Amino acid sequence: MTDYDVIVVGGGPAGSMAAHAAAEKGLKTIMLEKDRDIGYPVRCGEAVGDVALRQFMDPRPEWIAATITKIRMRSPNNTKIDFDSPGAGYILHRRIFDYALANRASQAGAEIQTRAYVDGLLFENDTVRGVKYQYMGEPRTLSAKLVIAADGVESRIGRMAGIRTAIKLRDLESGYQVTVGNIDIDQEMIDFYVGSNWAPGGYLWVFPKGDRMANIGLGVIGTRAKDYNSHDLIHDFLKEHYPKASMLTSVCGGVPIAQTLSQITANGIMLTGDAARMVNPVSGGGIVSGMHGGKIAGEVAAEAISTGDVSIKGLAEYPRRWRKAGGKSHEALHRISESIYDIDDDKLNKIAAKLEGVPEKDRSLLKIFTTVAREKPKILLDVTRAFTGF
Amino acid sequence: MILVKENRCDFCGTCVAVCPVDAIELREADISIVHATCIDCDICIWVCPIDVLSSDQKPEAKND
Ligand SMILES: Cc1cc2nc3c(=O)[nH]c(=O)nc-3n(C[C@H](O)[C@H](O)[C@H](O)COP(=O)(O)OP(=O)(O)OC[C@H]3O[C@@H](n4cnc5c(N)ncnc54)[C@H](O)[C@@H]3O)c2cc1C
Ligand code: SF4
Ligand code: SF4
Repeated sequence: MTDYDVIVVGGGPAGSMAAHAAAEKGLKTIMLEKDRDIGYPVRCGEAVGDVALRQFMDPRPEWIAATITKIRMRSPNNTKIDFDSPGAGYILHRRIFDYALANRASQAGAEIQTRAYVDGLLFENDTVRGVKYQYMGEPRTLSAKLVIAADGVESRIGRMAGIRTAIKLRDLESGYQVTVGNIDIDQEMIDFYVGSNWAPGGYLWVFPKGDRMANIGLGVIGTRAKDYNSHDLIHDFLKEHYPKASMLTSVCGGVPIAQTLSQITANGIMLTGDAARMVNPVSGGGIVSGMHGGKIAGEVAAEAISTGDVSIKGLAEYPRRWRKAGGKSHEALHRISESIYDIDDDKLNKIAAKLEGVPEKDRSLLKIFTTVAREKPKILLDVTRAFTGF
Repeated sequence: MILVKENRCDFCGTCVAVCPVDAIELREADISIVHATCIDCDICIWVCPIDVLSSDQKPEAKND
């Protein structure tokens, strides 16, 4: 007998979806979160695509800070390319959203424990059989048939199970974001800056947060993070563009833009969300992909437990379904993201100039694609596409 | 040896994600380097967005 069927480590979107799926299938499930709060601090720009989100749930007004209908991309010389994108998506209040996801899992029967820091795994032979954790600093253990590691970018739980999760510098964005008040921006537009002046090997975003607020953040690619620091760049940017903005929140955060790990299971354990590197490697969006991964993990957990085989073999459906669901396009996006870093500022400006020639009313994605296609690099089409899907 | 300015840290885990030998222990509001494990590769210093980490060999690793 084990204490639980499934232990989920980490209470982000991936963890909550996994816990919900497992509990809904009747599994005795607990989710352990190290912080005192689910959903806080918010290390996220909070952008989600409408279509993507609706795969899992209909958006609710209380989660939504702003509704996005327009997208703006700026080249290094500040040429602005706008296009309408009605129904594109939302800027969430993730604090409320993550709470709602966890609450939904608990209503399906999952238990949840905060201030529970998992610092080890229990093994039986070579199979994971539970976790060691500290609840408010006091050591405890829990046994389970299966552990789902949804512990985010750090992904230490997987390492404890012998999976190599350490991320390469070229596969990580070192991020910093402020939520600011008192700025005048179009509250329906998300605004991206690319190029080396603000965002070496990444991009800077200005996302409306309702009520004259915005999330302004950027990621610097790990390979260039030795020379650039996202904190300093953001503060320079604010001085130049929004000198009257006041800082309401500031957070750091790493975005894994790697390919999904080649190994996302070991005997008795599955990795999901950021921990498995499921983020869209071009846009850096990982909310919905994490939800997707978590849901599949929870469902496969139920199947594996019912057959009594939680070995890598018994869990083989998990990587298979992830690949089928999004893993393949994920691999393509990763290849694209690798080539984006090679586009220099001149080329970005040139492409922007070409796009500027397309009348705004004709700036459908298709038009933009065909225009850019003439100028090559095909890559930028894919980038645009990746962003409009978030 | 890696030095930590603890009061500066945001506990975001970016450094943990890149550490090749899992030598960084991070809780809700508590960070420490396991010096016995650390191989002084310095990449955690580079990826930290707010310069919390430095090396006693190269204290000014960034922007120097
Ligand atoms: C600056 C920034 C901006 C971003 N902007 C966007 C965006 O606009 N849109 C988008 O879709 N994505 C964005 N992302 C990515 C997105 O935030 C993540 O992909 C998403 O949160 C992943 O969900 P997750 O559940 O896998 O992990 P997380 O949300 O990180 O949750 C992991 C949880 O596990 C907990 N945990 C970790 N270790 C342990 C342990 N040992 N024991 C117990 N609990 C543990 C953590 O405290 C955390 O709560 C951004 C990321 C960053 C850093
Ligand atoms: S990357 Fe920097 S801010 Fe984030 S946990 Fe590590 S030392 Fe702290
Ligand atoms: S210097 Fe290298 S080994 Fe040491 S803690 Fe930093 S990343 Fe890990």
